[in-house]
Parts: sequence; C-alpha cells; structure tokens
Amino acid sequence: MNQKFDAVIVGAGPAGCACGIVLAKAGLETLIVERGKFAGAKNMWGGAFYGPSLSELFPNFWDEAPVERYISRHKFSLLSKDAAFSADFTTKKFGEPPYNGFSLLRSKFDRWFASKAEQAGAVVATGLEAEDLLWEGNAVAGIKAGGDELPANVVIACDGVNSILAEKAGLRGKISPRDIKQGVKEVIQLPRQIIEQRFNLQGEEGTAWEFIGSFSRGLPGGAFIYTNQENLSVGVVVQLDKLAEKEVSANDLLEDFKRHPEVANLLAEGQLMEYSAHLVPVGGKAMMPGLYTDGMLVAGDAAGLTLSTGLVLEGANFAIASGKAAAETVIRAKKRGDFSKKSLSHYPQLLKQSFVLKDLTSFEKAPSLLENPRFYSQYPEMVCELAEKVFTSDGLPRKKLWSMLRESQRGKISFWRLLRDLLRIKRSL
Amino acid sequence: MKLSKIEDKLAVNKYDIDKERHIRIKEDICVQCEDHPCTYVCPADCFKIREGHITLSYEGCLECGSCRIVCDKDGVEYALPRAGFGICYQYG
Repeated sequence: MNQKFDAVIVGAGPAGCACGIVLAKAGLETLIVERGKFAGAKNMWGGAFYGPSLSELFPNFWDEAPVERYISRHKFSLLSKDAAFSADFTTKKFGEPPYNGFSLLRSKFDRWFASKAEQAGAVVATGLEAEDLLWEGNAVAGIKAGGDELPANVVIACDGVNSILAEKAGLRGKISPRDIKQGVKEVIQLPRQIIEQRFNLQGEEGTAWEFIGSFSRGLPGGAFIYTNQENLSVGVVVQLDKLAEKEVSANDLLEDFKRHPEVANLLAEGQLMEYSAHLVPVGGKAMMPGLYTDGMLVAGDAAGLTLSTGLVLEGANFAIASGKAAAETVIRAKKRGDFSKKSLSHYPQLLKQSFVLKDLTSFEKAPSLLENPRFYSQYPEMVCELAEKVFTSDGLPRKKLWSMLRESQRGKISFWRLLRDLLRIKRSL
Repeated sequence: MKLSKIEDKLAVNKYDIDKERHIRIKEDICVQCEDHPCTYVCPADCFKIREGHITLSYEGCLECGSCRIVCDKDGVEYALPRAGFGICYQYG
C-alpha cells in the first residue's frame, strides 16, 4: 500500500496547479499527476489571459512568469468576404501594473505554474496517467495511475474538458457537441520588429484581436490573433456540432481566415511553428456536471467552468478560481476530518460567492443567443456594406445614413428580426 | 504561409508516437453510419473514407477528443495515449 495523500490532483493545468499550491501551502500532503511529459505538453489555449485570480496567489507574477506581452491594444473586426470593419481600443493604463491581461503560451506557462506548486511543497509527477478511480464503498478513495494504487482522502479532477474521471465518478454523462467549441490554432513565427511594426506596438506591448464574419461560413464561431514576443497565435473557434452538420473542417475555416486580405498581410512571410487543437466547454451553467461527490471534487474545464459571451471567451481565470475554491474546501474538510459529500458541499457555495458562478449565472442565456447564425454572416456583411456606402465617393448624390442602413439591411434581414435580435442581446449579454 | 494541408501542418508538430493505438473504430457500427461526422470534425484528419470504409490513422492525433463527442453511435473507442506518448506541444 502506498503512502496516503491528503489530496491527489489530476492534471497540472491552471486549475490543478492553483489547487495544489493552496493545499501545499496549508501543509497538506499533495500529489499532482500529469499525463504529459511536462506540464503544458498536452495543452493549448487561444493565448490571452486576463483577471486577478493569479495575482491573488502571486502578486506581481508578471515579473517571474513567462508572459509574452501585456495586452495594451484590443481590436475587434467584422469581416465580409473582402472587407473589414474594425474597432480598436488602446490605453497606456493597460501598460502599467497590475496590467489588464497578457499573451501567454501554455507550454511555458504551465511548466512555470507547476514549478510553483513544487516550490510550495506539492509533489508533481509528470508522465503519469490517472487510469481509474479507487473506491471505498460509494466514496472515491484515490486513483490508479501507472499500474499503482494511489490512495487519498480527496481526488480533485482537473483533467480538462474531456474529464474521464468526472465520467467515471458518475458526475456527468456524455457531453453534447452543441456545448463544445473546437479551437484550432497555428503559432506563426515572425521577427520581433515586424510584429511590432505590423501591430503598431512598442516594447512589451501586445494586441488581442478578435474577429467574426464570412470565414466561419455562418457557423457560430470566431477567430483570433494574439501577439507573442516572436510569434503570433492565430486560430478559429467554432461550435463542434455545426462542423459535422455543415460538413466542414475547422482547418478550412482557419485557412479562409488566413487568406482574408486584412489578415493575410499581417501573417505574410511567417513560418508555421505548431498546429494545435483543443476543445472549450461553452454550454455554461446548463452543461455543468455534478461538482462533487464523496471523496472527490471537479474543477476548471472538467467542471465546464468557462464563460462565453461572444465578446469574452474566458477559461483560465475560472480554472484558477475554482482550483483555489476546491483547495479551500479540502483544507476545511481536513480540519473536520470529514471528506464526505456533505462536507465537500462547501465547494459550490464558495463558487456561488465568487465571480465563477455569478458570471455563469449572469450570462446563462448567452450560449443559446450565440447560436444565432445572423451574427456570423448577415450582420458582418451588413456593417461592411454600410461602411462601404458611407465612404464611397462616386459622383452620385449622397444619401442619408438612415436610408443607407435600410438599403444594406434589405434582402438580408427584416427590420423586425433585427430589432428582436437587439432585444435578445440586451437580455442575454 | 504556404502550408494549408493538414498533413503538412502536422509534420511541424512534435510527437512521441506509441506503437499501440489509443483510438479504435468499431467497424460494425461505422459501416452502418451515413454521416461520418468524425471525418469533418477531426482537426488532424485522422478519419478518412476509403472505398466506403472509415480508416483511422492515430499518429497525428491532437488529443482534442472531438471524435468521441461527435459520434452519437459510440463508434469511436477513445482512450488517452499512454503517459508520455502522443502530441507534445512546444508552444501551446
């Protein structure tokens, strides 16, 4: 029989590392199991990280964590086939500590985060896969990993969107493809000066740029470009069930996006360094599995804790916050010597008090709103067409804005439908 | 940016390929399937239709899990590759 841990955490991503750090700092015997050769080897994200959840653990983390650039410029573009209508926001304020957000690459970031967990006193075992749960009656009592039995008072499943452990514990059934977005991403290398010239950046400044429009062929989804120090993260995120329904691959959409004239110039002469794919749980509160049972908690993507509002697609901040809440629950349970379901029910209470469940509740209606195909085809086209009319000087008498708007809208969408969509946006976002 | 085909993109990635395959397809189920959603959703193009049959090459798998989620007939037996094997992201 192996040594019994207070807690075994499965997955050394943001949720698992945050959880491990809090537990180890409180003096609990903590093991983090990671199936990748190193933390981050199996992970990908878009690449922009916001929110205060990490600086609560490590004030001034940006001084030591491998951040690429701080986000000083936010851009949002609506693309039609050959036009782009963009909003661009920049402020020097985002360039001062505590900064608003960063571009980051998982392979470096997760390794740093896992090393912090080790420093705090947790054991991090990489290259080790949690194959199954150990049971004592109806209670989870540890994991089976690498052919060994690793007993623990509590197992915290931070094993990502495909959480096999949450399924094995009976906390959730099969995921619906409607609740999932697939992200595919390329890391494209360019010289530092070229990136700074093309994106109008200085020093460590960075851009987070989101796009919706024709490239997604009406499928609910969008694209992004994030600037890193010497490469760009370029990708599309699209609803999984629609890919199958419309019989297209996300790579086709990514290629269309990269060929758009507004985008192609930014990527010209770049070299592909990596092609990756990852899933995002976007079903919101409705898809959330059971979060706890006797001897077990679920955190991060495994618990479906991401926020998708169309303008925001945020997971890491929620992962870190839920990992910390799970740790606090386990510390409390250890003091009481009670790891039962009843004792662990403290966890959802903590999540309800924090932004994690508050945000998911506020935006409960967002997932169904975002399935509206008009956001991804008719509206971007309409806006680009209207802008073209406003800026065209062709010697003909000019029309007033309102009549141009009506012209651009006609044939694409009825006026009442437009009004109804606006009302739904008001209610959902 | 000349690489647009998936197989060319995968060639840039770092893998430790296991001799043992981690994904299997259940032929008897796949034969009856008409839509083949796996062939569209796999970002690594692992599933292909050849002479009316689904074929699977697991080597380029990016371990996203899309095939398992999208198959409503449970025709995809998806396990994680053995620890240490599979995709090894250098950027992420």
